[in-house]
Amino acid sequence: MKIITANRLSDGVVVYLSADGWSVRISGAAVLNAPDAIEAGLATAKRAIANREVVDVNAIDITLDDNRSPVPVRLRERIRAFGPTVGYGEAALQRLVA
Amino acid sequence: MYRYDDFDHDFVKARVAQFRDQVDRRLSGELSEDEFKPLRLMNGVYLQLHAYMLRVAIPYGTLNSQQMRMLGHIARKYDRGYGHFTTRQNIQFNWPKLIDIPQILEDLASVEMHAIQTSGNCIRNVTTDHFAGVARDEIADPRVYAEILRQWSTVHPEFIFLPRKFKIAITGASHDRAAIQVHDIGLQLKRNENGETGFAVHVGGGQGRTPMIAKLVRDFLPEQDLIAYVEAILRVYNLYGRRDNKYKARIKILVHETGIDELRRDIEKEFLRIRDGVLHLPKSDIDAINAAFALPAYADKPAHCAALEDARQTNKKFDRWVKTNITPHVHEGYAIVTVSLKPAGGPPGDATDGQLDLLADLAEKYSHDELRISHEQNVILPHLAKEDLKAVYDALAAHGLATANAGLVTDIIACPGLDYCALANARSIPIAQRLSESFVASGREEEIGELKIKISGCINACGHHHVGHIGILGVDRKGEEFYQITLGGSADEHTSIGDIVGPGFSTDEVVGAVEKIVDTYLGLRQSRDESFLQAWRRVGQQPFKEALYG
Repeated sequence: MKIITANRLSDGVVVYLSADGWSVRISGAAVLNAPDAIEAGLATAKRAIANREVVDVNAIDITLDDNRSPVPVRLRERIRAFGPTVGYGEAALQRLVA
Repeated sequence: MYRYDDFDHDFVKARVAQFRDQVDRRLSGELSEDEFKPLRLMNGVYLQLHAYMLRVAIPYGTLNSQQMRMLGHIARKYDRGYGHFTTRQNIQFNWPKLIDIPQILEDLASVEMHAIQTSGNCIRNVTTDHFAGVARDEIADPRVYAEILRQWSTVHPEFIFLPRKFKIAITGASHDRAAIQVHDIGLQLKRNENGETGFAVHVGGGQGRTPMIAKLVRDFLPEQDLIAYVEAILRVYNLYGRRDNKYKARIKILVHETGIDELRRDIEKEFLRIRDGVLHLPKSDIDAINAAFALPAYADKPAHCAALEDARQTNKKFDRWVKTNITPHVHEGYAIVTVSLKPAGGPPGDATDGQLDLLADLAEKYSHDELRISHEQNVILPHLAKEDLKAVYDALAAHGLATANAGLVTDIIACPGLDYCALANARSIPIAQRLSESFVASGREEEIGELKIKISGCINACGHHHVGHIGILGVDRKGEEFYQITLGGSADEHTSIGDIVGPGFSTDEVVGAVEKIVDTYLGLRQSRDESFLQAWRRVGQQPFKEALYG
């Protein structure tokens, strides 16, 4: 199983190809099983590159969690989807000084 | 400190306008990503895991309060309220939008800052000793020569597209705090027998996948020949450096494959050809830059400060901070303060917008309007009157910035690792956080003494793991994070590359492994005065191997 991911050109935000275009939530990603579907997804992504919507397109391996939502197989992609795994900014500072 | 002249202002302003146009053309489709990428890299813009990343230059690690305040403003307005100081004395913002970056660069230019020479295959920002100008063991201020090299190297037409990036570091002190021997060129200021100022020139050092210690190419280079000699080195590198394989393109590979003697002949030949031309540095030019780095007009103050000693007597935490984070200043009534960005459990090198503002305020009020960034990812207040130390400490403590651990086991260098970086194989920051929490909880930091742990999330070694007393390299082993440990590295005047101690450790195991290494050291050291590195050099790997692997 795969999903298609990229970064949005204008702001770099991680996005996933969904049935309705690009979603910032991985739960909205279109899950692609058949090689034809993956190729079609990548073709759609290439058009999005040409249309200056996204950059750095990749088809990534996933599994599905209990809610049938995609979870990337590689840690790198899990961190892209759900990370960073470390706190930052004022919230992290407040936790440290508490 | 050095201030822009009209040329600098016009140049940086023009660069901002160029980049604004380039971004517009990228967004309109006039430029493809392949065309745009080298242009954005020339302006410090990367695409990382979660977003774009902007790396802002802090040349030779020196900035004033207005500039620090601007970094806080950028963190607050365009990012997520924090910045990350790097091992090259720069700052990175992890979340800027591409559409905002031209305006960020314009804001930076308004306070004489930019993102030039922070990425790409060019001569990068020259780094120096973070105690430059105020260190007691200093021969001359290295920032003077770093600024001269900046003026020479920025948009030098021959060196915009080098085989690979090129890093120069300078130390003006006998104790090397700038890690010069792991740079493409390392310059050590010295005086010859006639009392003339010059440099020992080292070439071909570096870390990454092929760590190498630089070779001495010239024992004494008169200061007026600095640019001609560095240009000669760059020309030889540009001519013979490999462009067919990026992993063999750094000058360290050329030095290794050609041999320093042959390379020296080529460099000296080119140097002799150009040394008396336009690159000869007139004394008046050196003096002019020197004047820009003149020390502030310090008030006369006694070496002994009764108020300071009283405060140390009554406040144990403050006393400990003074012991660890204060370095003797060239003027006896003053002190150099290292503000640690390594709180227990914190991400090394991160500072919030509020902390950046506070540091700016403290610099303005107490430190003659000047701050430094160290390659060890801390902030320095270089000109504090001893009588002001307690007030500064109190202000820092109120903002989570009074961690008393400079140079200790919890003063850990860590790259952003897989939490942010597109190149990383493993996370660095969580390992640093767990290590610092563990050592603080054990209450052994002071007992352990000087011990430098350095962590990289990939072989590119931005976290300087090769030169850590204990180095930790994150690797990807069949989809799992593993950590390889090296021992015995050092980046000072006795630079050494650490040796791999044995098979790597899982994420769960690595903190325990480091603790075991430290326990072994404590058990075998001859006295409290024998540092970890000294002990390791005396006994070698074997006791540590036995402790780790039986």
